[in-house]
Amino acid sequence: MAIKIEHLNYIYSEGTAFEKHALKDVNLELPDGQFIGIIGHTGSGKSTLIQHLNGLIRGSSGTIYYNGENIYSEGYSMRNLRSKVGLVFQYPEHQLFEVDVFTDVCFGPKNLGLPKEEVEARAYEALRLTGLKEKYYKKSPFELSGGQKRRVAIAGILAMKPEVLVLDEPTAGLDPKGRDDILNQIAKLHEEQKITVILVSHSMEDVARYVERIIVMNKGKVMFDDTPRRVFEHYQELETVGLAAPQVTYLMQNLHLKGWPVRTDATTVEEAAAEILKYCGSGR
Amino acid sequence: MNIVKARKLAYEYIKLDEDGKLESKSRAVDDVDLDVQAGDFVAILGHNGSGKSTLAKHINAILLPTEGTLYVDGKNTQDESKLWEIRQTAGMVFQNPDNQIIGTIVDEDVGFGPENMGVPQQEIWQRVEDSLKAVGMWEYRSHSPNKLSGGQKQRVAIAGVVAMRPKCIVLDEPTAMLDPNGRKEVIQTVHELNQKEHVTVILITHYMEEVIHADKVIVMEQGKIVMQGTPREVFSRVEELKAYRLDVPQVTLVAHELQKAGVPIPNGILTIDELVEELEKVRRK
Amino acid sequence: MLREITLGQYYPADSVIHKLDPRVKLAGTILYLISLFAFRSVEAYVIATLFLGTMIYISKVPPKFMLRGLKSIIFLLLLTSIFNLFLVPGNTVLKIWKLRITDAGIETAVFMAIRLVYLIVGSSVMTLTTTPNDLTDGLEKAMGPLKKIRVPVHEISMMMSIALRFIPILMEETDKIMKAQMARGADFESGGLIQKAKNMIPLLVPLFISAFRRANDLAMAMEARGYHGGEGRTKMKPLVYKSRDRMAYLVLLAYMAVMFAVNRLGLVESFFA
Repeated sequence: MAIKIEHLNYIYSEGTAFEKHALKDVNLELPDGQFIGIIGHTGSGKSTLIQHLNGLIRGSSGTIYYNGENIYSEGYSMRNLRSKVGLVFQYPEHQLFEVDVFTDVCFGPKNLGLPKEEVEARAYEALRLTGLKEKYYKKSPFELSGGQKRRVAIAGILAMKPEVLVLDEPTAGLDPKGRDDILNQIAKLHEEQKITVILVSHSMEDVARYVERIIVMNKGKVMFDDTPRRVFEHYQELETVGLAAPQVTYLMQNLHLKGWPVRTDATTVEEAAAEILKYCGSGR
Repeated sequence: MNIVKARKLAYEYIKLDEDGKLESKSRAVDDVDLDVQAGDFVAILGHNGSGKSTLAKHINAILLPTEGTLYVDGKNTQDESKLWEIRQTAGMVFQNPDNQIIGTIVDEDVGFGPENMGVPQQEIWQRVEDSLKAVGMWEYRSHSPNKLSGGQKQRVAIAGVVAMRPKCIVLDEPTAMLDPNGRKEVIQTVHELNQKEHVTVILITHYMEEVIHADKVIVMEQGKIVMQGTPREVFSRVEELKAYRLDVPQVTLVAHELQKAGVPIPNGILTIDELVEELEKVRRK
Repeated sequence: MLREITLGQYYPADSVIHKLDPRVKLAGTILYLISLFAFRSVEAYVIATLFLGTMIYISKVPPKFMLRGLKSIIFLLLLTSIFNLFLVPGNTVLKIWKLRITDAGIETAVFMAIRLVYLIVGSSVMTLTTTPNDLTDGLEKAMGPLKKIRVPVHEISMMMSIALRFIPILMEETDKIMKAQMARGADFESGGLIQKAKNMIPLLVPLFISAFRRANDLAMAMEARGYHGGEGRTKMKPLVYKSRDRMAYLVLLAYMAVMFAVNRLGLVESFFA
């Protein structure tokens, strides 16, 4: 078991006018190798939560265990933790700074104090895993498109060989094509490298296709934690907190209300179409 | 009457190398003819790099065509003496809400445009009030923009343009940096402006679900207009849209799949209600 | 610490102070600062304290906010206090090893600390109750005569107000960039001075690039909204003195007069005489 969170609370600017209880008694287990989606609207606490996972934010109370060790115990190396739990932030622009793509990706492993050959070998491997074409390796990261920058940012983290990869809104600002490409690449990465992948998003439709588990955050609390299918069954409750289930969920629910004997737990277009077809034949 | 009229419009980005020699040339907008009727809600769809933003910037005369002509309310954008009139006629809202708010207080920001136009003080206040009310942000008039949500900031930016009383508003991916709630807020606001104030709206976006209530949809790819028509017409060409890798709404896709399997439903289903209704007809037969 | 700076952080509230003409507040702040340094007696400080306290009360800004600005000068405050404590000659009160603390040292340290604190809090009263735009408008108007010698007063004030608007945004961005680089193992704390400076590169490059991008976007947005310099511009909130502003000037005058009188009477001998 990789990460275990117990009774985690986080209060922003405690004792000031801006005091805000950002996380309230969060309990989660994130086992090795899972592909997890964390969903919530802006201010739900999802970004705050993931920054706890690699120790960038320290909880006000509660404990986090990484591989059984309490990360808040004395002498625990946060820098080591940060290389194990890789966190890719929303905007690649916030981390790209080197003269070329390759050197930028080297930054992480270099900080780990690895020898030069190892650093470069890791950078190559990481860039390859993100599917960025080799002709871009020597280009300035600032000349790349949004999707390519995102790949470089992910490679920058992968080069540290994390056991858990956390991505905060990896599709923000991308067009549908760029979004699908990057999500497919991440899914492939999960498949091949068998690492834990945590995808933070506010879009149900994006996440539903890929992940095996969805954690819904609302007002600093875990609202739902289940398979996508079972989370979407609560589509009405999701709506009250400003989230929406995929459109097909509404379609199936609406048909069901009209007396169609369809199953209502379809999460993709293909499933929905197949389900409806079962009952279209009879009437014709 | 056409408020925007483009004829063979083209824009070339020229990239020079360090010695000042021509390194590359790319046609961001390529031979585009565009007609937008006054009062319409027109949506321009396309990927990043399809030329849709470059086209949008021409309407506000931020960019001038390298070939062809563009008329805004009958004025040629290349006529420098009409520049400020054109910018007043066609207001522009940009993608990043933070980088277009100038004022440090909501009402001051909305007043910025009218101030530039030399509108008398009394009238500025009237306009600020009207436009903030039109976007539903009046109660935030004395707030700092930094404390607002993305959707609210974008509504303030829209109010800032509305206060200039433009005939036409061009919105360049106003929702790209917002969360789903913010996106809904902004799109709803824009529709209301179009319906109540009869402002012509040109919405640039890559989200398909934002365009289903538009009067006209234009799809751009590699600087050219590749599809145009009513949402229903455009959305009935699912295979083509998929080929351009645009995001077709899930119901439209389900309807398309069913149609392919032989279920008799019409082309261009846009909403859940429409599909349910059509399926009910099929079942009753 | 960067985020604690309240400068340029307007706090909206409905108070008389908020409504005052920025020129009054500018003049008031400057006079107040002068009074702190010119009149050095216990009575003067009591009156200065009462005056500042009253202003904070009237402004309806929570005192917590006013004090937040102090966090950024705590270091400076400690440093000057320590220097004063040990280095001002006088009668020895306490001797630690070779260092002597004198009575005059304590007095200087206390008064310097009070002055510094009042200076920051006093300016916070102005910045928290005046929108940066008002402030720059006030400056623009006050600097108006300089236009005649071709000082680009409008441009300067526009630049200032934009800078003020973007300070909080860039602060937040700095924080985000730091976190993103820390996630890649960057270290902003350890190492010597040169190493530390080198370690800042991964922070500064993205920050500058972002700032330039924002500047570019903003210039375009301003142009799209018809901005073409100060020529032919009208003002939404022109500065016109109202009766409350005249009253405020009177209050200021009275404050200065009382301070002057108290100081002249010198009921208690000045400590610095």
